Amino acid sequence: MKANLSNPKEDLQAIREFMERSSKFLSLSGLSGIFAGLCALIGAAFAWFVILGSGSLFYDEYLCSVGASPFNQVTISLTIDAIIVLGTAILGAFYFSCRKARKSGQKLWTSSTRRLLWHLSIPLVAGGVFVMILIFRNSVDLVASATLVFYGLALVNAGKFTLGEIHYLGLTEILLGILAGIFVSHGLLFWTLGFGLMHIVYGTVMYYRHER
Amino acid sequence: MKNPISNLQKVFESRIRLGIMSALVVNDTLDFNALKDLLEVTDGNLASHLKALEQQEIIIVSKQFVGRKPSTTYQATDHGKNLFRQHLAALEVLIGNQ
Repeated sequence: MKANLSNPKEDLQAIREFMERSSKFLSLSGLSGIFAGLCALIGAAFAWFVILGSGSLFYDEYLCSVGASPFNQVTISLTIDAIIVLGTAILGAFYFSCRKARKSGQKLWTSSTRRLLWHLSIPLVAGGVFVMILIFRNSVDLVASATLVFYGLALVNAGKFTLGEIHYLGLTEILLGILAGIFVSHGLLFWTLGFGLMHIVYGTVMYYRHER
Repeated sequence: MKNPISNLQKVFESRIRLGIMSALVVNDTLDFNALKDLLEVTDGNLASHLKALEQQEIIIVSKQFVGRKPSTTYQATDHGKNLFRQHLAALEVLIGNQ
């Protein structure tokens, strides 16, 4: 009777691993989170000290005081600042994921990767379009809140297809986004907490849990 | 009491077949190369296991052309998923008894 029992425990472990590896993008590196957080902190500091006049004025008051056109200098500078931060953070995520995939001998571009990016991009693109509408309607004060909420939704949506921490990072971002909407004058502060600090915190946790 | 071992499916005894089924119950469809990357086996080895599973109607194979390149995708049948579930349950019972 024993001959037939290969080793049920090892079999189950193998099944579990195959299921995870075939359905989840596991090459996401905690270092990408830390790097993205640092980019966001630098970008936010630049926004606060350079674009928003060294923080002498509240975020929304300042933006309301600079005129009715969405194409004023401050809005344009903030948008460019945000785009540079986003671009650098994405490049970093790509670089560190490549590195992690190479180290563990796995391919980066798999069906799990495509699925992750697809589920990430739906709320993210919707959010991007919505934020552009906000900017064109001159409701710039809600941009910090909207970017955080949509980014959080994107992470929750994509969390099923990668490491579990991403789900909780998403929930945290949604919460911070709602708070940023309530305390509109502190939008930049919540933005800095969400995109800067939280990325660093969760990135560090992920790094120690999965890469050490 | 029913002997749990009778639920172990002989067809899933190989580790590679277990891998194929594990991947196909969490993914709707997978192509040959995705399975190959996942299981890290040779083409011939994987093909023969896939053939065996196909013959027992545990998976279905569909071939189509993507541009000019042939692409073969695999999908678990309901029957296959059921058998796999029974096999998993039997493994769990065995662990519980140990």
